[in-house]
Amino acid sequence: MSVRRLAKEQPASFTFSEATLEKARWWIAKYPPGRQQSAVIPILWLVQKQEGWVSEPALRAIAELLSMPVIRVLEVATFYTMFQLEPVGTTALIQVCGTTPCMLRGAGELMKVCKDKIGPKNHPSADGKFSWEEVECLGACCNAPMAQINDYYYEDLTAESLAKIIDDFAAGEAPKPGSYAGRHSSEPAGGAQTLTDPALYDGSAGKPIKSLPNAPKPEEAPAG
Amino acid sequence: MVGILEDKDRIFTNLYGLQDWRLEAAKRRGAWNATPDMIALGGPWIIDQIKNSGLRGRGGAGFGTGLKWSFMPKVVNPDRPHYLVVNADESEPGTCKDREIMRHDPHLLIEGCLIASFAMQAHVCYVYIRGEYVREREVLEEAVKEAYAAKLIGKNNVNGWDFDLYVHHGAGAYICGEETALLESLEGKKGQPRLKPPFPAGAGVYGCPTTVNNVESIAVVGTILRRGAEWFAGFGRPNNTGTKLMCVSGHVERPCNIEEAMSIPLKQLLEEHCGGVRGGWGNLKAVIPGGSSVRMIPAHEAETALMDFDSLSSLKSGLGTAAVIVMDQSTDLVRAIARISYFYKHESCGQCTPCREGTGWMWRVMERMASGEADPKEIDTLLDVASQVEGHTICALGDAAAWPIQGLFRHFRPEIEARIASYRAGRPHVQGARLEAAE
Repeated sequence: MSVRRLAKEQPASFTFSEATLEKARWWIAKYPPGRQQSAVIPILWLVQKQEGWVSEPALRAIAELLSMPVIRVLEVATFYTMFQLEPVGTTALIQVCGTTPCMLRGAGELMKVCKDKIGPKNHPSADGKFSWEEVECLGACCNAPMAQINDYYYEDLTAESLAKIIDDFAAGEAPKPGSYAGRHSSEPAGGAQTLTDPALYDGSAGKPIKSLPNAPKPEEAPAG
Repeated sequence: MVGILEDKDRIFTNLYGLQDWRLEAAKRRGAWNATPDMIALGGPWIIDQIKNSGLRGRGGAGFGTGLKWSFMPKVVNPDRPHYLVVNADESEPGTCKDREIMRHDPHLLIEGCLIASFAMQAHVCYVYIRGEYVREREVLEEAVKEAYAAKLIGKNNVNGWDFDLYVHHGAGAYICGEETALLESLEGKKGQPRLKPPFPAGAGVYGCPTTVNNVESIAVVGTILRRGAEWFAGFGRPNNTGTKLMCVSGHVERPCNIEEAMSIPLKQLLEEHCGGVRGGWGNLKAVIPGGSSVRMIPAHEAETALMDFDSLSSLKSGLGTAAVIVMDQSTDLVRAIARISYFYKHESCGQCTPCREGTGWMWRVMERMASGEADPKEIDTLLDVASQVEGHTICALGDAAAWPIQGLFRHFRPEIEARIASYRAGRPHVQGARLEAAE
């Protein structure tokens, strides 16, 4: 288990922005009437997008919005590790995957870059613009090592490419997510060796099918 | 040709996203073709076809998908509607296949959701996608919007079964990949697994009959029905049929995702699709063949292993999600497994004592084993504790935490003993160390 607590210093209040509230209502509508509690994780996420982190007054506001006890919102906020309970870097939060598949391919070097450029993990940099943490498997193992920066995945990283990405963020640019080894996605480096048959893409697979295999003959078909 | 499977037999024809994922292009690749005809043939026919295809759940446990569907009540109680919940909380270390389906072939998944929901008389389906997959969620939401606009899903759609699909997301908890924890999370609670029974087919989300299936299990359904159960059953060995997305990571020349026929030899998979082990086959040390939860196999067993359920379980490992983590001779295996132990310690939900306490304890001991700062007797204690965590928890996370450690010691125990001995050799003051210089 990971033990997580709310930040010591909390803001005095929290207000939903109009955009957040609109999205929150869209989420609530996805669930059956009376089951609005289901939206708590997506709404916590929206709040984190709005504020950068999740504060105690925000938990209270969410509990009120969803008519649920505050303790239940607190439970959820502390259980799920994507919720940042302390302020994080305002320009970039770098989450380096450190689990074995990434570790085997050099996640340690990425963390060293973060440490050198930003400082110790789980603490914002001196100017408050950057912070980094080690996270568990992000599910992009064929493109290891990788990191999630703000929302998106930066894959096939090296110490050099990550350092460049951090510099670019610092310079106010928005580095492109995806592979930094020239791959399109998770095909083998150097290009896909499969899925090269043009017949797959000529539309022949979309032509009407006369009858499905194993379909019962019309006279045997169940009535209705 | 590389591998066994031919291009014409691949289900995920846009696995790498080199084509357009949108509706029109997906239709040209075969998605949504003849879906109304499948619906017209009825739920029991669909379930029979899936049973005949031999499709086993692709999320790791390998339970028969058709059989699972048949557990749902045959008559719908109007107060307790049926639900399909798709498990897209892909977090097993090594696994990155569902991600490609959601961002590159989302329409195969949406179509599968409709067909499976119809077969189980569900009108609503939730796709629970892990919170970190932001891009994947954006694409899937967009694809769902397209499907609604084209009246493929929704009320009075062209397929003839009223059906709503909602995308839900989590927030970074591995445990939510366990089906009942996922349901708890979907209800807006902490993701702590439920005691079974009742099974989800009896009381799942909101207390209603629910089936939870992996993304890949659902996304292949449309193509199986279009091409026939026999076609799918024609790949692999009996009881291990079909095609499967495999994710190869770690020390191979070219890590990649690949759809292959089940039962492909592991060596062929690595050599033909991934450029082989870094430094040649002789440089291979061990392979974790099914995601971090299964026991590793050493190089000599990897030589002959087949990528299927039966072959790998006969080696005391498992197919899991077919996420192959390759480790070459340069790997510090103890360190690699200690990192996996840390993962389970981090992800334990804290509900059952053996797991909450055991995962942390096992990780701490593994860290000491990795540095050599352990007592040789502790190896047996560690294995004893691992076997007491295994099978004594509500869900399988306890098992998953124990197995990698058991696999390591099963094959590489002398390596750890040597490490402890060499740590002690230079330190006369470690308890129990040999005092060479003493009189």
